[in-house]
Amino acid sequence: MIEFKEVVVHYPRRERRALDVVSLVAARRHITAVVGPNGSGKSTLVRALVGSVPLRSGAVTLDGASITSAGRRALAMRVAVVTQREEPAFPLKVGEYIALGRYPHLGVWKAPGREDRDAIQRAVELTETADFQARAITELSGGEWQRVRLARALAQGGEAIVLDEPTTFLDVGHEMAIFELLSRLAGEGQAVLLVSHQLNLVARFADHMVLLHRGRVAAAGNVATVMRGPILEQVYEWPLVVTRDPAVGAPSLVPLRIRPRGESALIPSDPHTTQ
Amino acid sequence: MRASRWTVLAVALLVALVAAVMIGTMRLSLAELANGILGTGDPLPIAVVRTLRLPRVLLAALVGAGLGASGAALQGATRNKLAEPYLLGVSGGAAVGAVLATAAHAPSALVPVAGFGGALIAVALSLLVARASGGRADARVVLMAGVVVGAFANAIIMVALANADVAAVRGALWWMMGSAADANWMQVRVLALFVGVGVLALLAMARAIDVLALGDDTAAGLGVDVARVSLGVYVAGALLAAGTVSAAGLVGFVGLLVPHLVRLAGARTHRAIIGAATLGGAALVVVADLIARVALPPAELPLGAVTALVGVPFFLVMLRRLA
Repeated sequence: MIEFKEVVVHYPRRERRALDVVSLVAARRHITAVVGPNGSGKSTLVRALVGSVPLRSGAVTLDGASITSAGRRALAMRVAVVTQREEPAFPLKVGEYIALGRYPHLGVWKAPGREDRDAIQRAVELTETADFQARAITELSGGEWQRVRLARALAQGGEAIVLDEPTTFLDVGHEMAIFELLSRLAGEGQAVLLVSHQLNLVARFADHMVLLHRGRVAAAGNVATVMRGPILEQVYEWPLVVTRDPAVGAPSLVPLRIRPRGESALIPSDPHTTQ
Repeated sequence: MRASRWTVLAVALLVALVAAVMIGTMRLSLAELANGILGTGDPLPIAVVRTLRLPRVLLAALVGAGLGASGAALQGATRNKLAEPYLLGVSGGAAVGAVLATAAHAPSALVPVAGFGGALIAVALSLLVARASGGRADARVVLMAGVVVGAFANAIIMVALANADVAAVRGALWWMMGSAADANWMQVRVLALFVGVGVLALLAMARAIDVLALGDDTAAGLGVDVARVSLGVYVAGALLAAGTVSAAGLVGFVGLLVPHLVRLAGARTHRAIIGAATLGGAALVVVADLIARVALPPAELPLGAVTALVGVPFFLVMLRRLA
């Protein structure tokens, strides 16, 4: 559904391109996860999608049509985005904040109608944020704030959702809840494009993975294709092994200590667990 | 904001308007006020109401409305609580225009026009400086550009002051300090049109400002053209400020203070904030102008000084109550 075609982004006064001919597809009914080290271009991908940075060349398309041709509001009606950071300047109430998700549908003067209220209601239910509707967004804990931001994006009610590190600051329970919710959205037909550092969780939930390294695609494909020790070790520049999680069977990345206590080499203590 | 608070605000503005027309060297009764407006009865109250007080009070109200709306929108769009209507060099530019016109012995009627022109040039310069540094949509760059242009304007004023005669300079400075004393109906009509269009334009952008206040990337994700909307708010806000400056000089603090007051009173979305700041700004400047007129008769105080003298304690009380 969302397709990046040979996208090149070069920030002014930077030596290296932030995105260097990147192509990837986020399909409907799939969770597509973009992973990679800090500075590999993950967030730039999201910024290129919303038009915050100009493309040097290439194109981002939505069902084959260039996103720039349709206009920003038309794009926002179909694709919702949760950016990595967001620091609102003024303390709205949670309910008012989530309602801003309907902005692309309302425009300048139109009052919210039944469709808008229904979309907000559903977003609040899915994210379990009904309890703090009347609180100020500045008074929320980190985890509550992430769920409220997700609710705002769901209220946009599009066919695709793009999330940049949605589970930063979340504890295990809330993190799993978000991943389960994304899985449910994909099951309902949405295209989910997820930027994440949580390789092990991504490996359990994603249908398709894209590994970025210095603005280029280092590996892409299903989880087994990308979650391979040699590639990841090279990209993250850290000794690691990929094992199989004994409880759920998914590939699992284990970064190694450089000098484990009492040992002197980079060799893992039990080499049989490596793939 | 709750309906009861809107009512309080509207009643406060109405009371301020009525009181400001009634109080003065010649005190009018409610009946005389009504007669004056309707044009019936004793000719003296009619003259006082129609040619002196009403235009002055309405001009003060329009100045306050424009400054309140402008400050509210600019604070939202720049995500900065210290933003105010003069931030794009409006005050410095207007001062340069007024001082140069006075130094060149232009007729006094031209001083406001020169002030307006100076303000427009300063706003254009600020936006060009911001654009040249690649940050047309970046509020921080725009704020810095305004500061730089303001500093440049100050330098020009100092050069002009060094060479102009003292009386002329004093006249220009007096105009800069703000006053609604010379109000006439023509000014009221022009400013009404200016403020009406400006406030409507800002209200039309209010929802986009709500989204802008969440940050540039989030706003872009919600379908807002960040660069275009920001520029729209800067231009509309600065034009409103320039219009009020040409009508009554520099009236400081209103555009900074009133948006904070209405937010403390519970306005959170920018349609409510801008709307309430329009009414609240009008009420504040009407009261300030009344005080400027009657506090130390027969002298008049500079309106800009009174708005700060009235506004600061009021603001402190509100802050204390909410702390």
